[in-house]
Amino acid sequence: MARVLVVTSGKGGVGKTTSAAALGAALAQAGEHVVVVDFDVGLRNLDLVMGAERRVVFDLINVVQGDVKLHQALIRDKRLETLSLLPASQTRDKDALKPDGVAKVVGELREKFDWVICDSPAGIERGATLAMRHADIAVVVTNPEVSSVRDSDRIIGLLDSKTERAERGERIDKHLLLTRYDADRAMRGEMLKVEDVLEILAIPLLAVIPESQDVLRASNLGVPVPLNNPTSAPTRAYLDAARRLRGETVVMTFPSQKRSLISRLLGRKAIA
Amino acid sequence: MKLFSFFRRRRSAPVARERLQVLLSHERGNGGDSELLAVLRDEILRVISKHLTVEDDKVQVKLERGQAVSLLEIDIEVPGQLDEKIRRRAHPGGPPLLPAPST
Repeated sequence: MARVLVVTSGKGGVGKTTSAAALGAALAQAGEHVVVVDFDVGLRNLDLVMGAERRVVFDLINVVQGDVKLHQALIRDKRLETLSLLPASQTRDKDALKPDGVAKVVGELREKFDWVICDSPAGIERGATLAMRHADIAVVVTNPEVSSVRDSDRIIGLLDSKTERAERGERIDKHLLLTRYDADRAMRGEMLKVEDVLEILAIPLLAVIPESQDVLRASNLGVPVPLNNPTSAPTRAYLDAARRLRGETVVMTFPSQKRSLISRLLGRKAIA
Repeated sequence: MKLFSFFRRRRSAPVARERLQVLLSHERGNGGDSELLAVLRDEILRVISKHLTVEDDKVQVKLERGQAVSLLEIDIEVPGQLDEKIRRRAHPGGPPLLPAPST
């Protein structure tokens, strides 16, 4: 049975699009048929992060309005044949997204794919509420930073009230994806710890993505994180996240950056 | 000493944690699960005002989410008349407590 997953956060710039592309690629690598849908109408970027910006002809709005058939707008990934992208429109504004049309498109995608990953825009407006509307599972992307945690809390409230599942009185599976985490800074008391964020938001942890140069490098190149460097720390975390989404039990690891002997000694000295 | 103050200056995460906890426990009551809370607040206000005069903004409904249990906190501020009614109830000679006399 197909699952609809929304990648959401409230706050912008925390890594929704990067994570949607990375989770999509990780699930597709495991043999699942995945489509990643960009709901950020007017400010699309998923195509760019996935390296398909020059292949966009039709988009979500065209399909929602019935101008073209779904298959005409879907873009098959060149590296992974089980991965597809449905881009957002860059020229229209978000009011062009109509609830009925979105429901129909999501319904069609459910029939074609194992996973429908909806990349939500920032904010709590129409684009964001429609992206979460049909979700079975929500991945709440959060940075260990006060404004991001506050916005995530707000989004969790919306997931529990504004989604189709919530309105039917059913539970929507919510998971925390903590991104840009620096274990050393957290240990030194300079950054919220994983446990702090978990205690505040009170939803289960999907994975912790460490702050890493690999993430920017991957988006520079237009390659989802797991496909760009198969062994980097963020890749390992995204792969673990995908395995957990598929129902596997994977031991949680809290990534720590490798440090030189000298900085370790200095670090100890400062704390002593 | 210098090393100590240097160390202390950098521990900002506990401050962030505490600020968030205070802020969110407040915000969750004012819009976190807004629709349910608004309905609850409305109905509670209706029931209470059958018997007491309560100002609309003196009814606060808050929901604190937890993993195992959540806490629903209902705060109703009533003017001095409640004391009066309780006193009357303690002295059966006074007028009956319910229903509230219509004015």
